[in-house]
Amino acid sequence: MEFETVIGLEIHLELQTRSKLFCSCSTAFGSEPNTSCCPVCLGLPGSLPVLNRKAVELAIIAALSLQSEVQTESRFDRKNYYYPDLPKAYQISQYDRPLALGGFIEMEMDGAKRKINLERIHIEEDPGKLMHSGESILDSDYSLVDYNRAGIPLLEIVTKPDLRNGREARLFLEELRCILLYSGSSDCRMEEGSLRCDANISLRPAGSKTLGTRTEVKNMNSFRAVEMALDYEAGRQAAVLSAGGSVVQQTCHWDEGARETIPLRGKEGSSDYRYFPEPDLLPLILKPDYIETLAASLPELPSSRRARMMEEYGLDPADAAILTENRSLGDLFEAAAGEYKDYRNLARWVRGDLLYLLKGSDRNPSEVDPFLLIKLLTMLDEGEINRPVAKDLLDNIVKNGTDPRELVQQKGLGRIADRETLQPVVEKVLAENKDAVASIRQGREKAFAFLVGRVMAATAGRADPGKVQELLRELIN
Amino acid sequence: MKLYQKTAAELSRLLQNKEITAVEVLNSFMERVDEVDPQLKVFITCTFDSALETAAAVDHRRMENEKLHPLAGVPVAIKDNFCTEGIKTTCASKILESYIPPYDAAVVEKIKSIGMPILGKTNMDEFAMGSSTENSAFFVTRNPWDLECVPGGSSGGSAAAVAAGMVPFALGSDTGGSIRQPAALCGITGLRPTYGRVSRYGLIAFASSLDQIGPLALNALDCSLLLEAIAGYDQRDSTSLHREVPQYSAAVDRELEGVKIGLIKENISANFDPEIKDAVLKMAALFEENGASVTEVSLPHTDYGLSAYYLIAPSEAASNLGRYDGVRYGFSANGDNIFSLFSRTRGQGFGTEVKRRIMIGTYALSAGYYDAYYLQAMKVRTLIRRDYEKAFQNFDIIVGATTPTPAFKLGEKADDPLQMYLSDVCNITDALAGVPSLSIPTGLHSKGLPMGMQLTAAPLNEGLLFQAAAVLEKCNDSSPVGRPSILPVEGSCRNGI
Repeated sequence: MEFETVIGLEIHLELQTRSKLFCSCSTAFGSEPNTSCCPVCLGLPGSLPVLNRKAVELAIIAALSLQSEVQTESRFDRKNYYYPDLPKAYQISQYDRPLALGGFIEMEMDGAKRKINLERIHIEEDPGKLMHSGESILDSDYSLVDYNRAGIPLLEIVTKPDLRNGREARLFLEELRCILLYSGSSDCRMEEGSLRCDANISLRPAGSKTLGTRTEVKNMNSFRAVEMALDYEAGRQAAVLSAGGSVVQQTCHWDEGARETIPLRGKEGSSDYRYFPEPDLLPLILKPDYIETLAASLPELPSSRRARMMEEYGLDPADAAILTENRSLGDLFEAAAGEYKDYRNLARWVRGDLLYLLKGSDRNPSEVDPFLLIKLLTMLDEGEINRPVAKDLLDNIVKNGTDPRELVQQKGLGRIADRETLQPVVEKVLAENKDAVASIRQGREKAFAFLVGRVMAATAGRADPGKVQELLRELIN
Repeated sequence: MKLYQKTAAELSRLLQNKEITAVEVLNSFMERVDEVDPQLKVFITCTFDSALETAAAVDHRRMENEKLHPLAGVPVAIKDNFCTEGIKTTCASKILESYIPPYDAAVVEKIKSIGMPILGKTNMDEFAMGSSTENSAFFVTRNPWDLECVPGGSSGGSAAAVAAGMVPFALGSDTGGSIRQPAALCGITGLRPTYGRVSRYGLIAFASSLDQIGPLALNALDCSLLLEAIAGYDQRDSTSLHREVPQYSAAVDRELEGVKIGLIKENISANFDPEIKDAVLKMAALFEENGASVTEVSLPHTDYGLSAYYLIAPSEAASNLGRYDGVRYGFSANGDNIFSLFSRTRGQGFGTEVKRRIMIGTYALSAGYYDAYYLQAMKVRTLIRRDYEKAFQNFDIIVGATTPTPAFKLGEKADDPLQMYLSDVCNITDALAGVPSLSIPTGLHSKGLPMGMQLTAAPLNEGLLFQAAAVLEKCNDSSPVGRPSILPVEGSCRNGI
């Protein structure tokens, strides 16, 4: 039987605030365990939560950038359960009155236009972090808990079951990350835990409208893992169903090493969280003006920027996709494009050598001065320098912010085109490569390119290749 | 007359006039504590040393002619569910038996910054759940009027301390009557302020939407002085009200001319002790003599109040008390794994009544029962709030008995939780509505025990309650002596003197 895979995602993102959701403790990553804590985030008796205004603002911005409808009245609820990483034995979350409802991402997936709908978006606090001496809390001699994470503001985004395979899930997450990075609501660093994703996955006979029994997959720690885990789980379910069995509703763990999903022991899924309205916080009432002000301040989002850049600069979809993936890379391109009109050439440099250098030196595109980039490309276009030299100069722009023209003058890196300088070099190369000269004279042109390369090397890449060829022909003949 | 027999207002005046020192005042109260606490058992923790330091510092500053708060040097006692930095705070529970908070509750900060010496932390029902202080995990507190009787609860320690002259006034918390009921049973004055009037930051939560901090004192004036000291907006409590704090103590000199008083029909027609009801009616007559009008008012949903309260409060409590799991602080039992550590800690750490309420609350919030219990109770709460809104369209103050009976015997209701719950029946609807409510003494019952009347006003109208209470204090000849005579006392101190 043919199956259709149905996937819905639950994504947790860390909102990029300086302080926690309900107290003023720092959210900085990497401090000593249990040092960014206070009576409130430790849930000490008598402490009370106070909602972080910035967290609400960022959550609204994220919701708006995902076309989700921000509710003028939402509410916080307590989700009650016992676990040592949860200091109050309840998590303050939003249950039946979330911050925002609906929303979608429209995107290209392998050439097809797809609209992935969202169910809801809400704000909640993160619990602490447990470290076990063994595999799990039950088979460890001891477990340690760090409450630095406790109370970090999270945004939970729940999609509708609109995704059809692991690859779609990964592409969706990449686009989601891109949008949220643009809106500045989260830094979406999966490795620091600021973006986490769980999935619900089920199979149904192709063409069927009803949903099959689902499993929940957790512990997918990268976008690649999401793709692999979901494809694995879809395959596993298909095998079970094809063999006449039925899928058991359960929670599975993605085992990165074994590359398989492993069912979690215990009574997961049967827990009753006893949600009820958080009496320590007032309902969250948002004025429509306030939401509108935030909507007006939203930056241009990646999909419309992609379309505009293709239109305005004549870029192909691949270039536009790379240039918009990172907001500041796009900003750098557009700043340079204001003065430098060979857009395709500019795009090639920015997405190619420049992006490579930025990644290698762990620098942000916003640190690069677009005018130095324009200067460099203009010098190259006007024949002042050769391409290999241009790459070195670009490296200096990225790492030191050096003006390429100054460096060319200082170090004498300009193009060598004058006969007096080139002729002795060419003569020397010819004298050292008599075999090559002989084979050229026999009509084997391959050796000619070799000689050009020798001359270029002898001039540290500075020789004018046109002039070099001219001189070589002249002297060989 | 000894200093411990004086009211807070008198002490304040004498201190400001430099006729006495704060250390002298404190010594008098400490002696009194030493004298009667062995019988009454009020204090879980005495903090005489730090109180003496505070008193000495106040005297020093006064000598230097520094400008001091009028209550500087007037001692106070604090219920043991307020966090006090560096001082054991137990909630009268085994689970917090040795817990020392790292911070002060908002009201404790205020008390300290004024320079009021804190005599100690008073006994209570465990986690403020109870009406007799018998649910303390440590010991029972006795009623100063009859040592065989309960002082009421849950702020029974604070009420008994004031009634017995161990402290001029004290702080308590009221979730469903825990200030007013013990005030009535001990013959003193106690206020539950408007919800949000006093910051709850640092008050160990029982039921967050109901908990409110308030004063217990000998009379309305002392209550108003203490409320002035602790009221006000606090950004650390999101439910605290962003409203100016009026000078409540100025209200006690106003007349009652034109004030409209409603006699709560459901209260005075209930099957309460007839002497208590007669006393309320006598007070109503005094109001009329003083120019107020008195007519009946109905709060039609009163009958549902108790049921709603005993769903809402336990639901919140079950959640609030989840944190006592033995992992971070407080009592911790050994377990074979984390889950048995949780259940053994809680099984051994909590008392019977607390466990009962956790069970009720957990049940009421469970999937499948939420709509029938918690949600239904919240709807009743809305109806009750509307009853009050409607009543306050026509009345300034509504009144009734504070309790159905005077103080009951120790052990009398301890094994019957429903009878115990009924002793709060008059106090609960005010709490659900979030309105201010003051209990004042009306006289002595033929059993020799005090009786109380409860005055309730619209939100933030505490001043009006003090005003009405003060008028009665001036003209009520049968008001009980503020200090019971069964204890070793010299002379007696009447209210308002």
